[in-house]
Amino acid sequence: MRIFDPHIHMTSRTTDDYEAMYAAGVRAVVEPSFWLGQPRTSPASFFDYFDALLGWEPFRASQYGIAHHCTLALNPKEANDSRCTPVLDALPRYLVKDSVVAVGEIGYDSMTPAEDTALAAQLQLAADHGLPALVHTPHRDKLAGLHRTIDVIRESNLPPDRVLLDHLNETTVKAATDSGCWLGFSIYPDTKMDEDRMVAVIKDHGTGKVLVNSAADWGKSDPLKTRKVGDALLAAGFTEDDVDQVLWRNPVAFYGLSGRLRLDVPDAPEPLHEGNSILRGGE
Amino acid sequence: MLTELTNGAPPSALQAALEEQLSGADRAWLHEALAEAEAEAEAEAAEARAKAGAEVPEPVDRNRAQWPLPTWEIRFAEAGRHCHPARRTAQEDPSTPSTPATAAAPCTPAAPDAQDLADAARVLLLHAVRADLDTTTRLYSHGTAAERRAVLLALPHLSAVTTPAGSALPLVEDALRTNDTRLVAAAVGPYATQHLDQHAWRHAVLKCLFTGVPADAIDGLSRRARADSELARMLRDYAAERTAAGRPVPDDLHRVLVLTALPDPAARPDTTARVEITADPTEES
Ligand SMILES: [Zn+2]
Repeated sequence: MRIFDPHIHMTSRTTDDYEAMYAAGVRAVVEPSFWLGQPRTSPASFFDYFDALLGWEPFRASQYGIAHHCTLALNPKEANDSRCTPVLDALPRYLVKDSVVAVGEIGYDSMTPAEDTALAAQLQLAADHGLPALVHTPHRDKLAGLHRTIDVIRESNLPPDRVLLDHLNETTVKAATDSGCWLGFSIYPDTKMDEDRMVAVIKDHGTGKVLVNSAADWGKSDPLKTRKVGDALLAAGFTEDDVDQVLWRNPVAFYGLSGRLRLDVPDAPEPLHEGNSILRGGE
Repeated sequence: MLTELTNGAPPSALQAALEEQLSGADRAWLHEALAEAEAEAEAEAAEARAKAGAEVPEPVDRNRAQWPLPTWEIRFAEAGRHCHPARRTAQEDPSTPSTPATAAAPCTPAAPDAQDLADAARVLLLHAVRADLDTTTRLYSHGTAAERRAVLLALPHLSAVTTPAGSALPLVEDALRTNDTRLVAAAVGPYATQHLDQHAWRHAVLKCLFTGVPADAIDGLSRRARADSELARMLRDYAAERTAAGRPVPDDLHRVLVLTALPDPAARPDTTARVEITADPTEES
């Protein structure tokens, strides 16, 4: 089973995770920029983070045989902090980088005017740079938030088939499907979807335009959830081709819209190789 | 082979070697990008001539968000997606990613030289634009790992414009502090050979051994390691530490140790270097 995790925050994960992901079949990831848990206080803090997503993290991933791309943006939560909003002015010079395959994660958190501004501005940036957009749907007041998100996308210059709506669930999948956007589901213990509910959604809605991710980060999460969904789909009678469509071909098709996806990952995972700089870490 | 060229060959030879590997569309991209970079260099030279004798220019704020970027800088950033090996782009639409055919072989074989091609294109661009200290520093500090690597590889070609001599050394030092082997390997080129002091250079050698960067990546190794008893001591200590931990000593360590025991052609007195691990000095090449 080949797996492309289209939404995972590897910055928050260990090398053990990379090793386990490779063993589970993960060969490609997209890491969206997001809120780090600790609020940032200046644009420079974002730039160091973006540099990590364009430098150190792809290097780490390559050591484990996994292709790493990223999406960059000012996240919805920090779009409300005037110390952080100047990041929007600097984003263009980052969005031209080779391994940036979308603008994201953008969207709503608390549905404030500042979030309206940042969402619209960043959808425009995506349109200007020929990039698709990864749009997070809010955790609180989700259905209303989704409708408002779809309205903003309709008013933007970015066609819905270049937008991935993420963190969907049973209550939002219908409206999201009708919008013409791609459909992202995060399989995340306790707060988002689980494997069995995911199988039920795919039974109802089919495999077209559906992407499944672990959204693993610094919270209680599991980077192997993609594999577990694949296994659950097979157990429920879906074919290997169905699983390949959801776990590989759909994310390749969506992020491939950027024209920048490179899946020629290094030969073999190198954690077993003596001389690995990560294994030797702690200088 | 392209990697070796990137590391010191004249730009014309590098360009010829690169073009040989590119498809027609990518070659056209390269020509246009180089023309834009040359035009930028001409425009800046003209501006400098016009300003000659005028007041001191304003200092550049390197953290300033700059948009729009000069066209050649966009070309510099996007080189990786325009320099695919020709045999790959000949059979595939370059706008769509390669998708593996079977579950057993989940990824297509790596295009081994894709990174080399992007390195070469970026080095040529930096040379064409005559990137000075401000430009190299800005591109490095705003760059992805691949872009930083290209800046490091270009430094030997830019000595005439990154003045005073050795002033770009902080970029090399920054790269040597990382644990990214692609950056460390690019940092130990001719520019480091020329400008790193002996203490920093020894640590760079040790870092290569420590992180698995092949000793062959270190420019001027045999010349600089020769008769360096302090480097020999560091290598022996490192070997002892590895041995005490039950870990293998990297083969390259033995090779470098042999080099340190060769006599200094300038007959610098060498009192302590002693090769304790037997190896054939002729295997150095
Ligand atoms: Zn996320």
